[in-house]
Amino acid sequence: MSDPAYKPEEMMVVAASRLLEPDDVVFIGIGLPSKAANLARKTHAPDLAMIYESGTLDTKPTVLPLSIGDPELSRTAKAVVSVPEMFNYWLQGGWIRTGFLGAAQIDRYANLNSTVIGDYRKPKVRLPGAGGAPEIAGFCHRTLVLLRQNRRTFVETLDFMTTAGMLHGGRSRQDLKVPGHGPQAVITDLGILEPDTESGELVLTHLHPGVSAEAAIEATSWPLKVAENLVRTEVPGEKELEILRALVPSDESNVAELIPSTADLE
Amino acid sequence: MTEFLELTEAVKRYVKPGCSVAAEGFTHLIPHAAGAEIIRHGIRHLTLIRMTPDIIFDQMIGMGCADKLVFSWGGNPGVGSLFRLRDAYENGVPHEMDFEEHVHAAMANAFAAGAAGMPCAIFKGYRGTQYPEVNPKIRFIECPFTGEDLTVIPAHRPDVAIIHAQRADRQGNIWMTGILGVQKEAVLAAQRSIVTVEEIVDSVDESSGGTVIPRWAVDVVCEARLGAFPSYAEGYYDRSNFFYQKWGEVSREYDRFREWMEHYLMASDDFAHYLARLKEDGYV
Repeated sequence: MSDPAYKPEEMMVVAASRLLEPDDVVFIGIGLPSKAANLARKTHAPDLAMIYESGTLDTKPTVLPLSIGDPELSRTAKAVVSVPEMFNYWLQGGWIRTGFLGAAQIDRYANLNSTVIGDYRKPKVRLPGAGGAPEIAGFCHRTLVLLRQNRRTFVETLDFMTTAGMLHGGRSRQDLKVPGHGPQAVITDLGILEPDTESGELVLTHLHPGVSAEAAIEATSWPLKVAENLVRTEVPGEKELEILRALVPSDESNVAELIPSTADLE
Repeated sequence: MTEFLELTEAVKRYVKPGCSVAAEGFTHLIPHAAGAEIIRHGIRHLTLIRMTPDIIFDQMIGMGCADKLVFSWGGNPGVGSLFRLRDAYENGVPHEMDFEEHVHAAMANAFAAGAAGMPCAIFKGYRGTQYPEVNPKIRFIECPFTGEDLTVIPAHRPDVAIIHAQRADRQGNIWMTGILGVQKEAVLAAQRSIVTVEEIVDSVDESSGGTVIPRWAVDVVCEARLGAFPSYAEGYYDRSNFFYQKWGEVSREYDRFREWMEHYLMASDDFAHYLARLKEDGYV
C-alpha cells in the first residue's frame, strides 16, 4: 500500500493490541494502552481480563474510558476493590500477567521517565509523575510499553528514572529482586523493539509498513541495534480500524440535567 | 457523636490555616464542594495530601491555599496537564511550594498504615526508581525473617480527612459504592473527618451492597448535593468528562484562571449556585 489508509498512531495501537494474549490479565494505563487493550478485547481476545488501577477487576467497558476511574469501568467490572487492595494483593501479590504502560521518555534498556523533562527541582516540564507505573513494571510478569518514537522520546539518558525496565542491562534487573521479567516489547509508530535476551538492550525487531530501518535509527538518540530477521508488521485490518475508530471517550453525562438553574435556586 | 453541619460551617470550624488535609476519592467521589469551600474561606498554608491532585487541588494550589503537596500522579486524567500544579512546580506561581512525591502504591500504603495505627508502611516498591534520591521519606529496611529488602515510608496521619459519599443516615453512618479508592483509609488515618454526602437518609446498611463507615469513625457529616462535580457519584450522576476537558483551557494561563475563579467560584453564593452558573455558561 503506497498511501496507507491509516495513521501511524493507529498502526501502533493495532500492533500493541495484537501482543495481548486471548487469556491475558492486563493492568492498563490510560491513553493509548487503554485503546489497545479495548481493541484486543473487541477483536481476538474477548476474554481479556482488563484491570485499571482505580480498583476495577475484569472490567468490560462498552465505550472508551477517559480516565482510569470512569463510571463505565466500575459498572462493568466483575469486582471493584480498594486501591490498597489493588496494589498490595493483586499487583504486588503477582496476580497480574501483563502491564501496559506509556511514558514521555525511554532509554536503550526500556527504562521510563514520566516525571520531569529537565532537572527534577527546576524542570522545563513537570509531567504527571509515576502513578502506578514503577510497581506495574516490577510486579506484572511482563510489561508492554507504548510510545511514539523520535529523538525527544528515545533518549540517550533519561531526565528522571521513574520506572525501571532492564535497568543497566545484563543481569542488573535481577538484582532488583522483582518478580516481573520486565519490558518484553516497546511498540512505537515506526515498529516494535524487544530487549536482547543477554544484554537487555532494545533491538528493533519489527517495522511497520512503509517505514525503513533508517527512519527508526534516525528517530533514536542512541545507536539503535537492528535485528537480522526484521519482520514487517501486517497492516491494520479493516475490522481492526473500524473498531479502533469507534473507540472514543464519551462526553455524555447526565449531570447537566441534574443541576438546577439559577432561577430555581432563588 | 457525629455532628451534622452546613459545609461552610464545617470547613470554617475544622480546616485551620497550616493544617494537613487529605481529600481522597480516586477519580470517583472527589469532594469538590468541600475544596471549593476551603477556597472561598481563603484558608492558607495547608499541606494537601491526595494520590491524584485532580481539579480539586489544582484549584486550591492556584488560589494560594497550599504550602505543600503530597501526591503520586499529578495530571488531568485522560486530558493532560494540571496547569496550576505545573505552574507552581515549574515557576513558583502563585508562590513557591514544597512537593513530596510518591508512587500510588506508597500513598495507598501510607493511608492504610495510618488507619492501622502504624508509624510506617512496609511494602515492596520504588525498586530501581530515582524517587528515593529526591524524597528522603522513602527508606529501606531488611526483613528480620527473610533478609529481603523492603520499602518503608511514614504513615499518613492528616489533621483532617475529607471525603464525599453517596449517603449518610441520621446517626452518621456513611454508605458508599463504586470505586472506593483510599477513602476509608484516609478517614481512619485522620485526626478528624468531614464527610460530604449526596443525601441524608433514614438508614444505611451493608445489606444494600457497598461499604459502610460506621458513625463513631465519622466526625462531621454535611449534605452536599452534586458535591463531587465534575467527578461523579455512582448511582447519582456521571463524571463530566466535558468539564475536565474544559478545565485544560480555563486553567492554562494564571490570569485567566484567576479571573475565572473569581467570577464563578468566589462570586457564587454556594456550590449549587456555582454549578448553576457553570451550566448556564456552557461549562457542563
